[in-house]
Amino acid sequence: MRNLLPLFRPYWRVAVLAPVCMLLEVAMDLAQPALMARLIDQGLLRGDLHRIIGVGLWMVAAAFFGLAAGVGCNVLASIVSQNFGADLRQALFERVQTFSFRNLDTFSLGTLVTRMTNDVTQVQNLMQQLQQGLIRGPGLALGSIVMALILDRKLGIILLIAAPFVGVFLYVSLKVASPRFAKSQRALDHVNSTVQENLAGIRVIKAFARSAYAIARFEEANEAYTRAAMRAARIMVVNTPYMNLVLDLSIVSVIWFGGHLVWRGMLPLGNVVAGINYTTQVLTSLMMVSAMLVNASQAMASAHRIADVLRAEPDIHNLPDAVLPRRCQGRIAFRHVGFSYGDGHGRRVLDDVSFEVKPGQKLGIIGATGSGKSTIAHLLARLYDPTEGQVLLDGVDVRQLHLGWLRQHIGMVPQQALLFTGSIRDNIAFGRPGASQREIVEAARVAQAHEFITSFPHGYETVVGQRGVTLSGGQKQRIAIARALLVKPQILILDDSTSALDVATEARLLAALQQQFAGATVILIAQRISSVADCDVILVLADGRVAGFGTHAELLATCPVYQDIYASQTGQNPVESTLTGQTALREEAADLG
Amino acid sequence: MAEARNVNSLQPNPFQMVGLQPGPMRGPVVKARAKDGRTTIVRLWAYLRQRRAHLWLVVVSTAVATFLTLYVPYLLGRTVDTAIAFRNPQQLTAMCLLLMAVYLISVAATFVQQYVAVSVSQQTVKEMRRDLFAKLLRLPLSVIDQRSHGDLMSRVTNDIANVSNTLNQTVTQFLASIMSLAGCLAMMIWQSLWMTLVTITVIPVTAFIAQRVAKFTRRCFAEQQRELGQVNGFVAEMVSGEKIVQLFHQEQRVTEQFRERNDRLRRVCVRAQSISGSMGPVMNMMRNLSFAVIAFAGGVFAYHHVITVGVIVSFLNYASQFSQPVNQLANQYNLVQAAIAGAERVFEIMDQPSESDGQEHDTIVPGHLRGEVVFDHVSFSYEPDCLVLKDVSLHAKPGETIALVGPTGAGKTTMVSLLTRFYDADQGAIYIDGIDIRRFDKEALRRQLGIVLQEAYLFSGTIRENIRFGRLDATDEEVEAAARLANADHFIRRLPDGYDTYIRPEGTNLSHGQRQLVTIARAILANPSILILDEATSSVDTRTELQIQEALWRLMRGRTSFVIAHRLGTIRRAHQILVIDGGRVVERGTHEALLAQQGVYYRLYQAQWARFA
Repeated sequence: MRNLLPLFRPYWRVAVLAPVCMLLEVAMDLAQPALMARLIDQGLLRGDLHRIIGVGLWMVAAAFFGLAAGVGCNVLASIVSQNFGADLRQALFERVQTFSFRNLDTFSLGTLVTRMTNDVTQVQNLMQQLQQGLIRGPGLALGSIVMALILDRKLGIILLIAAPFVGVFLYVSLKVASPRFAKSQRALDHVNSTVQENLAGIRVIKAFARSAYAIARFEEANEAYTRAAMRAARIMVVNTPYMNLVLDLSIVSVIWFGGHLVWRGMLPLGNVVAGINYTTQVLTSLMMVSAMLVNASQAMASAHRIADVLRAEPDIHNLPDAVLPRRCQGRIAFRHVGFSYGDGHGRRVLDDVSFEVKPGQKLGIIGATGSGKSTIAHLLARLYDPTEGQVLLDGVDVRQLHLGWLRQHIGMVPQQALLFTGSIRDNIAFGRPGASQREIVEAARVAQAHEFITSFPHGYETVVGQRGVTLSGGQKQRIAIARALLVKPQILILDDSTSALDVATEARLLAALQQQFAGATVILIAQRISSVADCDVILVLADGRVAGFGTHAELLATCPVYQDIYASQTGQNPVESTLTGQTALREEAADLG
Repeated sequence: MAEARNVNSLQPNPFQMVGLQPGPMRGPVVKARAKDGRTTIVRLWAYLRQRRAHLWLVVVSTAVATFLTLYVPYLLGRTVDTAIAFRNPQQLTAMCLLLMAVYLISVAATFVQQYVAVSVSQQTVKEMRRDLFAKLLRLPLSVIDQRSHGDLMSRVTNDIANVSNTLNQTVTQFLASIMSLAGCLAMMIWQSLWMTLVTITVIPVTAFIAQRVAKFTRRCFAEQQRELGQVNGFVAEMVSGEKIVQLFHQEQRVTEQFRERNDRLRRVCVRAQSISGSMGPVMNMMRNLSFAVIAFAGGVFAYHHVITVGVIVSFLNYASQFSQPVNQLANQYNLVQAAIAGAERVFEIMDQPSESDGQEHDTIVPGHLRGEVVFDHVSFSYEPDCLVLKDVSLHAKPGETIALVGPTGAGKTTMVSLLTRFYDADQGAIYIDGIDIRRFDKEALRRQLGIVLQEAYLFSGTIRENIRFGRLDATDEEVEAAARLANADHFIRRLPDGYDTYIRPEGTNLSHGQRQLVTIARAILANPSILILDEATSSVDTRTELQIQEALWRLMRGRTSFVIAHRLGTIRRAHQILVIDGGRVVERGTHEALLAQQGVYYRLYQAQWARFA
């Protein structure tokens, strides 16, 4: 909770005013009985009609004044709590923007979203309640105890005896409540992430007709949450009857002791009645406080979860003396780079990888699934930091470069083309919102996307769904490529991002790239040898190690892994041994010869 | 065999009637946008009704507790008036014991009431949540694709939470309020009719104000929920796309966009809370005002000796007892408003037509399909005026392998979506074993199809569970055999926990290629009558692909298979190759026939090898 307090600072003036207003309202409430007593004593019992009317009008005035104060308090409390909530949400969102990919991997998507939505709402509601109830409850309780003690010390003592019972119970129930609410919140998280992933995988569920299975799995999560929520709610269930019991016992004590005191002439009868009223008031206000505290413990769990996010330190950030070079040439060097995802003891994805690419060169990376191809791109863009070794750009360790500068000069098309809800135009312009229509069309042309985009009735204004659903995989990929091209990066990384394109389209794309991005360093991660064949250098990866580095011709002559891949793709194998494939191979061999 | 014959144009098509073709939907289909609370409440009641016995228990215990609450002041008064005033120790002790007994019963009743109410509300909400979830799974893809996942999520989480909170607290409080209102009224009338009339004059005024505020409040809450849905949707989408945001260094802009939405929500929230929260002070004022009215009127009555001072005092007591439930009712009303707004949004989804809606009652549940598939002049568009498939026909004999080739966006995946009935054709029909697929039960049909989709989606859980998704009763050996066939066994065994490796949500700890292998294993395990491979191996390296290919060919033998691939090498063995371009079948035939034809296929094929020159 302490972590969240700074967010209160802008509103502290208003936050103080709200309880002040509440005090006014309470005072007006307390004034009513006093005024009434005066109306009876001074007006009614003396038969003074004038006085009755006069005091009656005062009571009306007090009622309206109380209304103004009450509404004022509520409006002020709303301003503080809602603004606080909105600021909190903003702070969370901004925090997530600074997260490294490793941070993002730690918090799963589902919990991040709940923390930013549900949890904020919880804390916000607590704020609203606290501002109004914090004064009213304890104020009324304290005031009543004082009044009771003034009235008669012995009766007051009954209240002083009862109060610890309430206090201890409150403490215990809070102790028990907090972990239960935390557990119920975690269970709710699980429910939410289950919904989230089933929505995302709805096609698979439908394709395999597995909705019954999915529902059964959801039911497990749902059931667990219901159980946890009920266990938490039962604390409240015990709470009220227990409080009532303490209240009732106190009242009976007051009557019994009061009665005996009256008989001994130590207490006027009226004071017994007043004592009962005060007892009732003390304990009802304490109950109000207890209900509030239970809510608070619930909100505390949320506050902790929010604080977790705010506290998480991004492990990738700018050094204080980050280098901001004037221009980027695009010289890339990996020096003995080792890497593993997770906390370092996971499987090694890269092991002692070293290579160098000159500015303007085209590097192809090829290798089996899981050989670490994408990781090379991730390390270069500093989405992760290497576990060992160095990644250099223009001779400078990327960890010393300004992060914004680095990413500005790297255009990456990731494996999975994720588009945002919005028009195709907005999606292409995502990296450069100020781009002109001409530039956007130009980027789309190079990416071979212009043609299909203009075939849509709304052209570039066509809206794509959350995951770009109405587009085919290849279309999404080409929009993602256009998005990367538009930023005119000095280093362009295509991470297996032409996999859904047919070969002809891919060839046109690569040719257009050659023309338009002649000066840029291009890294082409691919499965097909045809995609990387005319790169200036090709890096062959096998199990995270460099298995070969050189031109197509060199590798074909020297690198067994490359030869293997080549053979598998050109048809010299049991599955594809048709005439054309062999012709291609023969031509190739002739070329080499 | 350059062209497949069109056998099926002669078959009668009973489904050519316009009304039976759902087609793609534009925008949410609003059946009952229950902006009136009553409909929503009636539907909520339908859920509560299942727990009628428990509800009765709540009602009875509430009644007992309320009655005792009204009875206690009377008892207290009598104790003071008789036992204490007449100095009777025995009676005092007896009365105290009676009070204790009454209190204990009342506490017990309160406990029962709350205990049962909690379970009623939690169970009810659990059912709602399950129904909503089940409904989400039944929604046609066209509806899901149109809504942001964040918005749908918000309905399952926030809106249901709203309903839950209200049911939890309000069900009992509401009952208690109404009962104590009635009890109080009875006690007042019993004491003085005139004073009662004066006291309750305040009610219509209070009720009027409460209604006005509530109406306004409900509008504000609905607005608040809408904005909240927007913000949450944005959060969900941006957080899932956070990596892209960072790659393109757009953190600042996205933050600004969020700020805009957040600030809009902020304004709406402040307004909604200010207005709804004002209900409390307003009610408080009404109570104080009624005090004044009673004191004033009572004073005048007493002045004229119509009533005694004692009656005024007791009426002041009752007035506060009376106003408390009125006060609470108003608060509860606010809570109910928020819940109704939430429930409305929940029911809005429940009211969407299900995938199975419009299905004939006598749907066919296929036992085992031979696998003869016919596309008969099929046309389809996702959006009006933008035909994705134009008059496509094909005939696959049982056991044949059909390859679909063509540039991206040609409509290949759409053909698969029609065959799986993710969407239904606008014109023409698709027949399996001579039966229009619209007559099949959708789930039963899909159970006969084994599909490997372009997007390799895995669920959180172990790898074993993910493969077993294809056939739930498969043994561990069968799962591993399927993985071996899909060539996934090798990499799975190298993972720290092997088959029990936990896959993170969205499968982020596996590469795309590895995920594809797992999805292939999943389809292999399903052992379907018809196999559909939509770019199943696009992200697998070619050496691995070759090995899988062999397994896939074995798998395809004897069952009708549809293969979409860009690597032409993988489809040479197909019985028929259909070249699709611009939503039309432009060429069809075997590999050799198409090459001999020297048309589109020939050019595509050349392009693939040309780059080696």
